[in-house]
Amino acid sequence: MSVSKLSKEQFGQFVDAMLAAGRKVVGVVAKDDRFQFDELKSAAELRLDYDVTILPPKKYVLPQVEPLLQFEVGGPAQSVMHYDPMILLGVHPYDLIAIRQMDELFSQGEYDKHYMDRRKQITIIACDVARPSKNIFASSMETAVVSDGYDILITDIGDAYLLDVATDKGHALMTYAKGLAAAASADLEKRQAIQEANRTALNKHKLGCKASYLPKLMEKAYNHPVWQEKARLCFSCGSCNQVCPTCYCFDVQDQVNWDLKTGQRVRCWDGCLLENFATVAGNHNFRKDRSSRFRHRLFRKAKYVPEKIGGQIACVGCGRCITACVADIANPVTVYNRLMEEQTLG
Amino acid sequence: MCDCCSEHKDIYLPEMATITKRRMLNGTELFMHLEMDSGKELEHAPGQFVELSIAGLGEAPISISSSPTQKGFELVVRNVGSLTRAIHKLEVGQKIGVRGPFGSLYPIEQARGKDLVFICGGIGLVPQRSFIRYVLDNRKDYGKVTVLVGTKCYDMRLFREELALWSERKDMTLMETIDEAHDCWNGNVGVVTTLIPKVESDLPKSVVLVCGPPVMYKFVLMALAEAEVPAENIYVNLERRMKCGVGKCGHCQINGLYVCQDGPVFRWSDLAIVPEAI
Repeated sequence: MSVSKLSKEQFGQFVDAMLAAGRKVVGVVAKDDRFQFDELKSAAELRLDYDVTILPPKKYVLPQVEPLLQFEVGGPAQSVMHYDPMILLGVHPYDLIAIRQMDELFSQGEYDKHYMDRRKQITIIACDVARPSKNIFASSMETAVVSDGYDILITDIGDAYLLDVATDKGHALMTYAKGLAAAASADLEKRQAIQEANRTALNKHKLGCKASYLPKLMEKAYNHPVWQEKARLCFSCGSCNQVCPTCYCFDVQDQVNWDLKTGQRVRCWDGCLLENFATVAGNHNFRKDRSSRFRHRLFRKAKYVPEKIGGQIACVGCGRCITACVADIANPVTVYNRLMEEQTLG
Repeated sequence: MCDCCSEHKDIYLPEMATITKRRMLNGTELFMHLEMDSGKELEHAPGQFVELSIAGLGEAPISISSSPTQKGFELVVRNVGSLTRAIHKLEVGQKIGVRGPFGSLYPIEQARGKDLVFICGGIGLVPQRSFIRYVLDNRKDYGKVTVLVGTKCYDMRLFREELALWSERKDMTLMETIDEAHDCWNGNVGVVTTLIPKVESDLPKSVVLVCGPPVMYKFVLMALAEAEVPAENIYVNLERRMKCGVGKCGHCQINGLYVCQDGPVFRWSDLAIVPEAI
């Protein structure tokens, strides 16, 4: 592992050098008083001091609408498999963990070449959280800090950024960095202090158990009244799904072009909270009640998906669902803590 | 992985198949026999399904109704939406996209030597037929074969000629019922559960295979419990929205299970702690 240092000015020059070389760089920019991932035009737009983005960076790994096939209507189809290289800059540790989980889910069993080919073209420059968002609980989920899974990890140590370059893909980008210095031990101490602080400080909602206990917690939670109580207020809008970095359910639809002769089969985001998510032909809905859909989401996060990825909890504590939920019922911590309390009592 | 090289293939890319026979089974159900344009067999097992598609209209999961012991494969498609409406308009010689086969299979091995009881409700006969025909093609490997078929009304009965042939066979028993009485019908009237007490096989020792509309399972399983059939001997074939067929899209989940991969054929005892199943 080699950790280097760039002054903030030099870091800006590094980003501009990548852009000048024609590299596609997606980074965090301001959107009114909030933040979003977007294609950068210059380093001046980059806001690594962001708290959280409205949508997670998953939109570049699994786009909202992504062509899988192209076809002539009624004829055979061809795969659409061309993905351009991209640098994803400023991914917070919790979002990085979410992407790593998705990498595992799309490559295990039936290998999803669309997802994986796109993903292989992406170089991830992660960044330690500089400012906690209002609903973050990454510390509770043990996702506040990462030690691997990135190509480069950057940390803001005040006057400079430290760059931990971990992979060949990361090293390849270093050709654009001018003025790289080795991090001094004092710098590394600063970095460690920031990471140690984040490990506990990114915790606006405190989970009452270790995250790894959640699958066990859910074993007795299926018929708990909390599902009905919360879901009574649910609008079935699917906002919690849309903003979630670990939600990856999708629909597949055919789109016909204006010529009415050609078209594409696309995959697009879907959400298990939406009313017709489990409806089949003939209009039979296998998850008709709001409470069953509400429960399904939290079971997926805490039990079903962990069972597929070696116990990793599929909630990374970003808090986006809490912010996005119109009815203020989506907070996973509130639900899990409630289940904890009553199981302890019972 | 692709057969011919070490490259991963595109799991969403359909292969083309040609319709070699087609006929309507009733007012809404189209029967088709298909062959893959590659010249290869589908190599499915009884119980599995395919994703059937027409480019521009979409894709839907459809049970395979034929046994792998025959050439080509057979599907039955109900006319319920824009895709299936278009499929109904296809003629012999026209092509359709096919992905698969996907999913789990009927207990071909576990059921060997045992008496089999098939309980089919409505369109549930379609996937069950894949195993019934497999068993009839390997008749000596299995014990008594009883097929119970329940249909809502007389006009909706499926595979009428085939059922007539089955009813004449000495090596199997077919019992049929319709929910609503009809002038042309002299047989049983009532739901399919009313046939269960008439089964001559020793039910608790038989392998029972159930497929039908969602509402049917609860009542059939209650009747089977009453007849003391252990859950280990019961197999259900479940329907869900298998959109991708490859365990990714999430639509077909029943609790933590994916019907497209863990199912559609489940051993009932494996679903004891899966409340969304029935």
